[in-house]
Amino acid sequence: MAKKKTEKSVMDRIAEANKPVTTGVDEKDIKQWVMIYIMGRGYKVPADLTILTAMEFAGYRFVRGVGCRQGFCGACGTVYRKAGEYKLQTGLACQTRVEDGMYLVQIPFSPAKKPIYNIQKEPYDVSVLLKYFPEIARCVSCNTCSKACPQDIETMDYIQCALRGDFEELAEISFDCIRCGLCAMRCPAEIVQYNVGQLGRRMYGRYGLKKPEHLKVRIKELEAKKFDKELDVLEKASKEKLVELYAARVREKD
Amino acid sequence: MQKIAYYPGCTMKTTAKNFEDSAIAVFKKLGIELVEIPRWNCCGTVYSLTSDDLMHHLAPIRNLIRVKEMGCDKVVTFCSMCYNTLKQSNLRFQQNEEERQKINDFMYREELNYEGDVEIVQALEFLRDSVGFKKIAEKVKNPLNGLKVAPYYGCLLLRPKEASIDNPEDPSIVEDLIKSLGAEPVDFPYKNECCMSYLTVNHKDIVAERTFNIIKSAGKFGADMILTSCPLCEYNLDARQREALEKFPDHLSMPVLYFTQLMAMALGLDDKDIRFDLNYIKPDDKLIKSNI
Ligand code: SF4
Ligand code: SF4
Repeated sequence: MAKKKTEKSVMDRIAEANKPVTTGVDEKDIKQWVMIYIMGRGYKVPADLTILTAMEFAGYRFVRGVGCRQGFCGACGTVYRKAGEYKLQTGLACQTRVEDGMYLVQIPFSPAKKPIYNIQKEPYDVSVLLKYFPEIARCVSCNTCSKACPQDIETMDYIQCALRGDFEELAEISFDCIRCGLCAMRCPAEIVQYNVGQLGRRMYGRYGLKKPEHLKVRIKELEAKKFDKELDVLEKASKEKLVELYAARVREKD
Repeated sequence: MQKIAYYPGCTMKTTAKNFEDSAIAVFKKLGIELVEIPRWNCCGTVYSLTSDDLMHHLAPIRNLIRVKEMGCDKVVTFCSMCYNTLKQSNLRFQQNEEERQKINDFMYREELNYEGDVEIVQALEFLRDSVGFKKIAEKVKNPLNGLKVAPYYGCLLLRPKEASIDNPEDPSIVEDLIKSLGAEPVDFPYKNECCMSYLTVNHKDIVAERTFNIIKSAGKFGADMILTSCPLCEYNLDARQREALEKFPDHLSMPVLYFTQLMAMALGLDDKDIRFDLNYIKPDDKLIKSNI
């Protein structure tokens, strides 16, 4: 049955969704241009854009595979090769500037095993890591994961710490991991490094770290309703009063 | 105090913690500090015999780069398996120019190009050649007189002959160590046999049978205990005695010790350094005390 003329075809809707979203840029003002190849197709884009903004300039609209645009959320992993280079490089699209002759594709998601565990019920030793991630024993120390990491984490080192049950070092080294998944996409041993790191940090937080003494003191203070009066004042204050109090607040040192 | 670069390996940090703790304490008693190499990784576990597989040599060679980064060219290791893997990979690396270049190229992120110039020393060799059994004998506080100890070499300390720490056909290094501690070495036909290694994962029964036979033989020749330097041999000979007993009701259990535990006993170290708590079959109190 023929479709009604007023109904947009799928192809029309796709074409619309792919319209450039970068606005307010006048092409005549742009001095430097580079050619990049997104999934094999060439686009001329302004040279000072990041991969993310360049893709938007070229007409892509990101619904997923983008987040904070500040290099923290780990959503916009990219794989690219530069013209004439054999090396396959990785980065975050929001943090990497385009270069002439760059071939690239986004890796917005890495399919990964994410086991469910209860850290309260697990022993604080290497066996918990091997139970949920036995494949860590397959690590050949090739260091491909560290090479791929946009956070400059020594990813291999923290997997090696996992293998010998060194939770403290594991937590320390993997602390800045943003779970972009690029390491896992490159690992020949099919290890999902960031999930190993997360379990390790959780175990270390639960069992390895000392319980903070000041927290106990503060909980006691809260139980004794030490701050209730001040909170009451704030709750009842007018907007003007709140603004005034906010401006006059005592701040901790940065 | 003399210092030497030390490669622990994963097992010394986990299931063989009794090996590491006794090793560190014994060496300290002998005036040697074991300095753990920074950022070490797994040794590679098994030396890869495949001729076109260089990937599995990255792990051992990377460790040797770490040794160089410390400014050292000699590293001591205890675990027979780590020793064998590091040693054989290093030999292969030294002998093959093309592979050497490929491996270094692949590890371009390392600041150092490895040249094959690190010496890998098994701790028993170190005790024999750099400390001397005579000196060890002088340091013995509790001579283990009357204690009969069967040295168990297994495969990895002696094979292949290029990687052997002693005469592969007729070794005596562990016997000499045992004598220096005042105990009596017991020769038995199974001392160079394989413990069945990783079959322990999928075929416990095969390992149990081998364990039964090894221990039966050592017992027949009068041994009170078995001595090893391999955490996998230790596991198969010690913990697998449970399965051995299930399968062979006439099995007589026997303690299996790391050589460093026996040394710690003789040197008069504390229980916390000897760490029998991690051995499956605990050495008989009477047996130990009557000999100390
Ligand atoms: S460790 Fe892996 S997941 Fe974490 S930031 Fe680095 S590459 Fe991304
Ligand atoms: S990429 Fe995989 S195998 Fe290679 S060092 Fe990292 S975790 Fe190990």
